[in-house]
Amino acid sequence: MRKDSNFFVLVGTIGLFVCINIFLMASGKLPFNSDGFGIILGVGITLAIYSFLYKDNPAFKIAENLYVGVALGYTIIITWFNFLKPDLYDPLIVPMFSKAAEKAPQYALIFPSLLGIFMLLRFSRKLSWLSRWTFAFVVGLGAGVSIPRVISAFILEQIKPSLHPVFSGGETILSSINTLLILLGVISVLIYFIFSVEHKGAIGRLSKVGIWFLMISFGASFGYTVMGRLSLLIGRIQFLLRDWLGILQ
Amino acid sequence: MERFLRIDRRIIFAIITVAVIVSLILRFELPIPASEPVQGVYGKIESLPKGSHVMIAFDYDPSSKEELQPMAIAFLHHCFSRDLKVIGMTHYTGAPGLADQAITSVANQYQKKNGEDYAFLGYKPGAASLIINMGENLYSAFPKDFYGNDTTTLPVLQGVDSLREIDFLFDLAAGTTIETWIVFGKEKYKFELGAGCTAVMGPDMYPFLQSKQLIGLLGGLKGAAEYEALVKKKANAVSGMRPQSVVHVIIILFVIFGNIVYFTSGRSRHA
Repeated sequence: MRKDSNFFVLVGTIGLFVCINIFLMASGKLPFNSDGFGIILGVGITLAIYSFLYKDNPAFKIAENLYVGVALGYTIIITWFNFLKPDLYDPLIVPMFSKAAEKAPQYALIFPSLLGIFMLLRFSRKLSWLSRWTFAFVVGLGAGVSIPRVISAFILEQIKPSLHPVFSGGETILSSINTLLILLGVISVLIYFIFSVEHKGAIGRLSKVGIWFLMISFGASFGYTVMGRLSLLIGRIQFLLRDWLGILQ
Repeated sequence: MERFLRIDRRIIFAIITVAVIVSLILRFELPIPASEPVQGVYGKIESLPKGSHVMIAFDYDPSSKEELQPMAIAFLHHCFSRDLKVIGMTHYTGAPGLADQAITSVANQYQKKNGEDYAFLGYKPGAASLIINMGENLYSAFPKDFYGNDTTTLPVLQGVDSLREIDFLFDLAAGTTIETWIVFGKEKYKFELGAGCTAVMGPDMYPFLQSKQLIGLLGGLKGAAEYEALVKKKANAVSGMRPQSVVHVIIILFVIFGNIVYFTSGRSRHA
């Protein structure tokens, strides 16, 4: 009985959606062309995704799977036309096999192409060992390039403002308080994460200050997250009210 | 009181949805003063002479469109109104459609021509290695633009061989690309970097403002609204601030109400 009622709610909602769209197209609020049908598709998928807030249902599952499939297909096409074709197929494959090609093949591209193919050989039992060459190359290159740059950008450059003088001339009282707060925050949070010393006495009090800094930081992050998620809802409702129903200008 | 703690979450969803719809339909003005990080990006663009090269990295996809597309459009308005040369690119496969739409729609309003006043280089994978490649030779990283044109023939790129010649780079980020641009781009090739990011990422980016690795930051829809107000192109982000403010007040009231109910119901004594 309950399954039947859910089915009727779903069919009723889809029926209502179709009726609204027929009315909008008949009244000229939605154009009877690809743009109009594109808006209807966008609205349908938006409502199907938001229907999950009521409860899980087949419309949500269809929209969810559609999203995964479309995103993958789009990725393949963009990767081919933006990367593989101009960077590999046109400069290497085309000149190798076409007599009409104006430029000589760029044979240097064979080496990275082979490394890429080796990565895919992980799926072969006999040849999967070749993928280790690619991984070795990627890990070695990645570590070599990243380690010095990350130390410089994330550690050394970040230490500088923490060591900024409180009164070096030109600062306002507020900016000096800011600098002191940063210093206190860095020290107290670092002390909170020192677990080899018992948190008693001065260390205990400082680590408690560190907890307060962490809590304020988590609160700020949560506030920003609420704002971010709400922005997505606002954007979708703007789309529904303006592009679909024509209520907003 | 106890029954308020077992309230169906769908009632809260419905209240939030109604609040958003009503505050979008009812028009009322709210002040949107520009914060210091947003002023940083705006001031940098204002300080650039005509013909300077600005690169925009559209590092987001449709899942972050509602926050970052208004930012991109407002920033493009500012660049084109000041006759700057705009170069677009992306690290995200989902971005080219959105980026192309934003650039062409705003460029058409200022009669700017593709290839002469702006270029969209499209998508390339690689992240860090792509940035290093662009830092050494832009034409080797992008031999062709998004539309298939040979990049060496584009007048807009004249005088630009690598990231070193870029006057300002603005990253619109939905992921970790701001850090990647800082580590592998800004630190080595010494260009000025500003960023716009989703609200979720906002707090993580403030240390880079403090260290001046970022000269400005637009955080979430609020940052986009502030920029729209600064460039006097009020659109989606500014109108989104009404429901944003109303719903924030409702959420604060919910939090206060929930705490009052929690402490008066006696549950806190059993916790």
